[in-house]
This record gives sequence, structure tokens and C-alpha cells, in this order.
Amino acid sequence: MIRRTEYLKESPSQTAGPYVHIGCVPNFCGIGGVFPEDLGATMITGEAKGERITIRGTVLDGTGAALKDAMVEIWQADAAGLYNSPEETRGEADPHFTGFGRRAGDYDTGEWRFETIRPGPVPGPGGRMQNPHVTLWIVARGINIGLHTRMYFPEDDVSADPVLSRIEHRTRVPTLIAKREGAGQYRFDIHLQGPDETIFFDC
Amino acid sequence: MTYFQRDRSWHPPAFFPPYKTSVRRSPQSALVMLPETLSEATGPVFGQSALGPLDNDLIRNFSPSGEDAIGPRIIVYGRVEDEAGRPVPGALIEVWQANAGGRYRHAKEGYVAPLDPNFGGCGRCISDDDGWYEFRTVQPGPYPWPNGPNDWRPAHIHFSIFGRSFTQRLITQIYFEGDPMIWRCPIVSSIPSKEGIESLIAVYDHAATVPMDARAYRWDIVLRGRRRTMFEGDAR
Repeated sequence: MIRRTEYLKESPSQTAGPYVHIGCVPNFCGIGGVFPEDLGATMITGEAKGERITIRGTVLDGTGAALKDAMVEIWQADAAGLYNSPEETRGEADPHFTGFGRRAGDYDTGEWRFETIRPGPVPGPGGRMQNPHVTLWIVARGINIGLHTRMYFPEDDVSADPVLSRIEHRTRVPTLIAKREGAGQYRFDIHLQGPDETIFFDC
Repeated sequence: MTYFQRDRSWHPPAFFPPYKTSVRRSPQSALVMLPETLSEATGPVFGQSALGPLDNDLIRNFSPSGEDAIGPRIIVYGRVEDEAGRPVPGALIEVWQANAGGRYRHAKEGYVAPLDPNFGGCGRCISDDDGWYEFRTVQPGPYPWPNGPNDWRPAHIHFSIFGRSFTQRLITQIYFEGDPMIWRCPIVSSIPSKEGIESLIAVYDHAATVPMDARAYRWDIVLRGRRRTMFEGDAR
């Protein structure tokens, strides 16, 4: 007799809606006094090792308009390539760097900005080292399930990266590479649609 | 791979024209398969010490006057588990919602229902060692929104959930058993199956009511399942 293997189904996603700020960055939207600080507001909590960088950008829709109600989260390794997570088994991550940041776009311009450090390389498929990268997750009104992408650095040679090198549509790879705007200053605009549509991942 | 692959056919598609905002905000290219690496298998963890004592009590956590928020008092509770049925302890759950009249505390909110001066509309908690979580709040009201000529959102609470890894990251909404508005909402109907929709409906739980105080609704959260590995010490 065949016995079925029963698994539960993941709870279906729903849009974060226009008011994601209320729950995720309440201080940003003027709801003070509930939480002392918005989650992910500070990534560097002391004398963190590594190069201080800023990453700013906007999320753009299919008409080229900036989303003014998006929330962006980033997750990254520290300068040594270690994650500040209990699942990190290779060593102790820098205790002065959380690796997690969360920002809402500016109400007028849609621009968001993270003050962080340049991540170190992290092992990837087959133990090959991946280029330094930042994981991003984007939600907003009209986005039915959070969008997962990565940002890479323009100074690094991406040809040997085990993730980037397997992307079939080579013309789209530049959508994952930040633009350098000055020393330690990067811009990463995310295009939800159109000819410059950013690569989004399923993993 | 340590996590089960996500069943995208169970989730709402990115492009869903009845929800008009999705038309210009949905990627048109197929998602690119990303082999799971440490970047996805890790994620931020937020300790219980990060929370204040009223963080999961939306009836009192904002109130400048010290008076309770207005509306039907409810408890929302349940268990966070993964697709393999294992509890997920230490999950951070953030919630936000409209007040009992259906109005949000937000600069861009324009609905005519009154603001409740004692209701902020946000809260958070962390699941316990067995995966249980709990909030106290007021039942949110339904409200109209400018999508179709006469579209309303059913009463709902938004949930943002962090599990053990960035792969488990999820934002969703819950609805309430018996609400006729659920089956008329374009956002709800973006979920492809009736079973999927029903899995977001919190069930009235009479046994868990607090007599003379609050009714209770139960909603269990399911995050992506993790494969058992040879090296995992967890016996569950």
C-alpha cells in the first residue's frame, strides 16, 4: 500500500500594502513611543571592522516612476565574509555589525539609503567563493510576493563568480551591479519592469 | 539545498490585473534560479530582550492617554511551524492593521472613519520554544479602497515574519472566519486556490476566549520547510 507523505503548505504571501511603514518602520512614519527604534535602522553598532560604505537607490515601476511606498531590506556578511546568524558555523561574526538593514523609501523621492560596510566574500556552490554581495528584499503595494535580488560591486571582476557566471542572459547581469558615485558611495536602482528589469531570484 | 523549494503556484502571481497596482510593479521576466548559499540559509535573529513588555498588546502599546483602544477586543494566537510540521521557535512576527473603524494611522490614509487616539496599529512578538505566538488587539474594520469602482478590503491584519533564514522571509495578511468580504477582495483572490485562501483565515476559537474580556482567533503560520540533514542535532 502506498502511503502519502504529508507536508504543510507555506502560508501564501500577500502584498505588504501601502502602509507597510506602520508595522515595519513605525517611527519613520510618525508612530512614536511604541518601539524605541525601527528594526534594522542601525547596522553598525560599534567599532565594526571593514570599509564604511553607503548604498542608496530607488525602486522604479514599469513607467519609470519611483515607488514612494516601498520597503527594502538588506542582509549581508561582515568584512570577513561571516554572517551574524546562529546558522553561521564557520566562525564568530563581527559583534559590532548586524548584517541586517531595513529602510522605507523617502515619501517625496522614493530614495532609500543604507550605511553599512563592504561585505567580504562568502562560499558558494561547490565551495567556490562568491564575489562580495548584498542580498536585498523588496516589498510594496502591488508586489504580491517579496522580490529577492542581489547587489554586486563594480570594482570586482564578476566573470568568475559562481552565481553570476551561470546566468544565461548575460545582458541582464549588469542589473545586479551597483554604480560607484564616489569613495564608498554606491547607487543601486531596482527596476521592477522594462528593458532594464533587475534580475530577481528564486531560491 | 537545505530548504524545500518554494511552490510558486501556491502563491499569488506577481502580475494580477484585478489588483491594478500589480500591473506596473510586477517583474515580466522569469525569476532566475539561485542555488542556496549561506547568504540565503542565514538570516537575522532578534532576541526576546529586544522586545518591550507591551509590544504584543496593540490595545495599550500606543495609547497616550493610558486608555484602551476602542473596538472588539481579540486575541490572535497560533503556532509557527515549517512545511515539515516542525515548530519554528524564535521567529519575529510584526503586525500592523487599521483600527476598529477601518482607518490606518498614516499620513497618506484618506478614509472618512475616525482615528482612534489610543490606537497605533502596530505590534510584534517572538515565537516561544514550541513555536507559539500571541497578540492582543482590537478587531480591525473593513474599508473601501480605490481599485475597482466599489472595492473593499475585508478586515485583515498584516503579518511580517522572520524565521531562521532569509529564505523563510514572508509577508502576508490574515482574515477572519465568517467575513463575507473575503470572497469579494481582489487582493485575496490573487491567491490561486480556495485552499490557499482558507489557510489565511483565522478561525474563531471559543475555548481560548478570555471571559468578559476578549474573543480569540487562531492562525497557524507555515514557513518554508527545512530538510533534515545528517548533522542536525535536533531530534524533532
